[in-house]
Amino acid sequence: MPAMTMVQSLNAAIDEALAGNDKVVAFGEDVGYFGGVFGVTRGLQEKYGLDRVFDAPINEAAIVAMGMGMAVNGLRPIAEIQFADYIFPGFDQVVSELSRIRYRSAGQYTAPLVIRTPCGGGIYGGQTHSMSPEAFFTHIPGVKVAMPSNPYDAKGMLLAAVEDDDPVIFFEPKRLYNGPFDGDPHKPATSWARHPRGEVPEGAYTVPLGVGEIVRPGSEVTVVAYGTMVHVANYAAEKTGVDAEVIDLRTLVPWDVDMVTASVKKTGRCVVLHEAPRTSGFGAELAAQIQEDCFYSLEAPVLRVTGWDTPYPHAHEWSYFPGPDRVGRALKQVMEG
Amino acid sequence: MTLVTGTAFHVPAPGRRPGDTPDFSKIEVPRAGETRKPAVDAPAGEVTDLAYGLVRVLDHNHQAVGPWDPQLSDQELINGLKTMVLTREFDDRMLKMQRTKRLSFYMKSLGEEAVAVAAAAALNDDDMLFPSYRQQGALIARGKDLGEMMCHCISNARDNLKGRQLPIHYASAEHNWFSVSGNLCTQFPQAVGWALASSYKRSNRIASSWIGEGSSAEGDFHAAMTLASVYKAPVVLNLVNNQWAISMFQGLSGGESATFAAKAIGYGVPGLRVDGNDFLAVYAATRWAADRARRKIGPTLLEIYTYRGEAHSTSDDPSRYRPKDEWRSWPLGDPIERLKNHLIGHGAWSADEHETWRAQCEERVATTWKESIGHGTLEEGPHAPTHTMFEDVYAEQPWHLRRQRQDLGV
Ligand SMILES: Cc1ncc(C[n+]2csc(CCOP(=O)(O)OP(=O)(O)O)c2C)c(N)n1
Repeated sequence: MPAMTMVQSLNAAIDEALAGNDKVVAFGEDVGYFGGVFGVTRGLQEKYGLDRVFDAPINEAAIVAMGMGMAVNGLRPIAEIQFADYIFPGFDQVVSELSRIRYRSAGQYTAPLVIRTPCGGGIYGGQTHSMSPEAFFTHIPGVKVAMPSNPYDAKGMLLAAVEDDDPVIFFEPKRLYNGPFDGDPHKPATSWARHPRGEVPEGAYTVPLGVGEIVRPGSEVTVVAYGTMVHVANYAAEKTGVDAEVIDLRTLVPWDVDMVTASVKKTGRCVVLHEAPRTSGFGAELAAQIQEDCFYSLEAPVLRVTGWDTPYPHAHEWSYFPGPDRVGRALKQVMEG
Repeated sequence: MTLVTGTAFHVPAPGRRPGDTPDFSKIEVPRAGETRKPAVDAPAGEVTDLAYGLVRVLDHNHQAVGPWDPQLSDQELINGLKTMVLTREFDDRMLKMQRTKRLSFYMKSLGEEAVAVAAAAALNDDDMLFPSYRQQGALIARGKDLGEMMCHCISNARDNLKGRQLPIHYASAEHNWFSVSGNLCTQFPQAVGWALASSYKRSNRIASSWIGEGSSAEGDFHAAMTLASVYKAPVVLNLVNNQWAISMFQGLSGGESATFAAKAIGYGVPGLRVDGNDFLAVYAATRWAADRARRKIGPTLLEIYTYRGEAHSTSDDPSRYRPKDEWRSWPLGDPIERLKNHLIGHGAWSADEHETWRAQCEERVATTWKESIGHGTLEEGPHAPTHTMFEDVYAEQPWHLRRQRQDLGV
């Protein structure tokens, strides 16, 4: 199996989707000739033509609405929003239109649109290239929300998203694009080639939406994470020696409640992680559901480790990022509880 | 379903790509002086031809000709030239420092120095500017300390933005310079709101804003134009058509079917196309639009026609999507060379003086850089104290932020 970066595996997924289904089109700002500012669609316009992989004017509302219109008319569009921080001009189209079309037309119209967008910090992107806005979207009935943490899942999940009959907001943690990242910015960068999940099969395969994965079995505490924080969780467990069971949620809506509750009932303790701000973050939803379902198995309060409730700062990026030290402290705290 | 072979719908493509010879033969450049100058109170419906003209003053012999010649003094022109040269030297130095990883990011304004510097000269210093990230020349023209600009760019302890913003996203209330946003076009309707508040306060300060042609595709462009038109706001709206929005040529933003200035026609707002590499033309058009605003006649949209000489930013690689050195063939030339030759042509400036000034700027920028890194660097600090990242989220810090600050131990 070839080793791939996440950029390459996403590219391979879009390539497979375009090759396998002539209803698939891909578009977004700088997506066509240039192949995207991160190179996720590189080479695809040349391969599939101007009308299958193309540039879109700088208008995120237009990109979402055009994708919706195309999807309603039978296509399977894959739209790119250049940075998740720039999705908000298109937010109304997601909240009021895309998410509800199946419901409000009683199933007569559906819009299986995939919106891919890079998210997360750790690249000195400042407050407009670092956001993790997933919770805004998990709050919208009618859209699925996914975030892979490695090249293998990225390809399989993106192909599953394209096949899915509902709209999917597909967040790509950009700090993981070119290598795994455990949250320590001072370590030399590592490559996906040396990570087991950097091996990506050729050809089409899917990783189903809605299914999490236990990436590190353990007995003392369940850590629920997604995206970059999965790697931080593993590293924190390793550093602290706490026997943590790390679950990569992979899909946030609908999330794998069976996997998480089974694990929490086993360990009796739980820490939930995300890079996004704390207040009304997706961790609040997870913690609430976990305490409802596992209350009598819990031996300590469910803890959250998250980004702070501030915009993502430029110079203080590493004080903002919920790195392995903060996660490690939470692991110890929950063990004492 | 099978799609027909060939393109199913029109997707604009520029004629030229990497490896091709630059070719701007399709660009029509009207002669300098040809585009007429209407009275400032001319109704929008009577100036629609200007949306397809091109306000130009400097001709191919570097003479100032025609009705738009603003008749500036030599000293005013020399000041403008000097500021443009300083801006270019500043940009060059910052780019080099980004290459050595001292800055996380940078965006040059190469070839667009007149866009910002001439506009700043034509506006009053207390007019409010809502710039994008490529008008640093206007901030320099307003006398912002270069060291402070650098300290911001490296997020050190002297950064007036406390390390919160990406480089070049300056904010300087003292210079009536709004906080630059990374979110494209958001400043356009905000400038209209500011201008209306100025009217409300019976002030004669006006607002001016800049966006790129790529950004004009955003809904906020329509928001700004509608507001400006409905309330006849005292605002000068600049749409800088520098031909490229990262890798997308202007055709992908609507420039294939009409000029960008022509967008103003439907709003009943005068729209003028202006040679952005002609300091005198940018000055004169801005002045005309500012007079309209100040006399409460109404808003103006200026399409400033220019070319982005550099990469979009330090994260970009234009050799992947446009011919190398295309800028050198740009039919409207280099704004600095054109003004320099004009001044030399009538004996107010010389090549030697020019080189002396350029060398002084280079030296000044280098010295200022050394001083600036003495106050800290991005990588090593010192930065603003870490606890400051929890400040200014709200006027007063609520309990949850206080807890979070304590949690971080700062
Ligand atoms: C709302 C939003 N969408 C996308 C981006 C990403 N982006 C940053 S600059 C840019 C191109 C802007 O081009 P243009 O408006 O022509 O200005 P120029 O850079 O050429 O001066 C893009 C797409 C952004 N910053 N904000």
